Amino acid sequence: MVGGEVNSDGGKTDLHVLVVDDSTVVRMVHRMLMTSLGLKVQEAKNGKEAVDLHINGAYFDLIFMDMEMPIMNGPTATRELRAMGVKSNIVGVTSCTFESAHKDFIEAGLNHCVSKPLTIAMISSFLPDSNNK
Amino acid sequence: MDSVVLLQRQLVDYTAQLFNEGFLDDQFNQLQQLQDESNPDFVVEVVTLFFEDSERLLNELAKALEQQSIDYRKIDAHVHQLKGQQLQKVCIAFRNYCEERNIEGCQKCLQQVKNEYSLVKTKLETLFKLEQQVLAAGGSIPWPM
Repeated sequence: MVGGEVNSDGGKTDLHVLVVDDSTVVRMVHRMLMTSLGLKVQEAKNGKEAVDLHINGAYFDLIFMDMEMPIMNGPTATRELRAMGVKSNIVGVTSCTFESAHKDFIEAGLNHCVSKPLTIAMISSFLPDSNNK
Repeated sequence: MDSVVLLQRQLVDYTAQLFNEGFLDDQFNQLQQLQDESNPDFVVEVVTLFFEDSERLLNELAKALEQQSIDYRKIDAHVHQLKGQQLQKVCIAFRNYCEERNIEGCQKCLQQVKNEYSLVKTKLETLFKLEQQVLAAGGSIPWPM
């Protein structure tokens, strides 16, 4: 198994995660992956919804942000969140394999950038008590 | 009992074939691992939603390419949503044709995408039918290798 064993104890049920993606299928799959790890998951269909959630006082321990979305894309939403003072761990998720696209996204204020699809091992590596921190 | 074993064998072989041909990848394994008693139909639900979404997308693409004044940015945004390892090259070509405002190229790519989705849908429907047959015969679904 990649990444070793993962259990849903140790405070993981207190972690709130935001999944930002315009694809219903992707949100559904990512929600299931994260719920299986004991995480509390909220969804946003685009960057604007993600920003609006924060404007309305929401806080997330971890945000998975898709890159290309209608209305407001990942890089713009990330820049706005950072400008608002949001310090959460923001992980960019992209289907684009070009390094230049990753670089631009990272410069918008990401902590990490990964390629789709997300896996349980990948998600676990971003959790606070992961060895990869 | 023999018929169950035979069906299970067919299912394992067919699943392995789909992996070898690139119709399935490790993400399918991950989805299966998420399926349990509380979510017994998770894989079928995800795949069904995927094909419903894709059909809607392909219809919107076809409509967009029929317009008098084609909005290539809208088409490009739709193409971005297309998923699938085997479609990567076609999608790259599709997006390049959008940039060049090449309607014939776009239409050719759309047809390729439609053909590919139709093929994948047929293969997965066969897979799920086999799973149903195993369950109906009293067997359990073996994990793929």
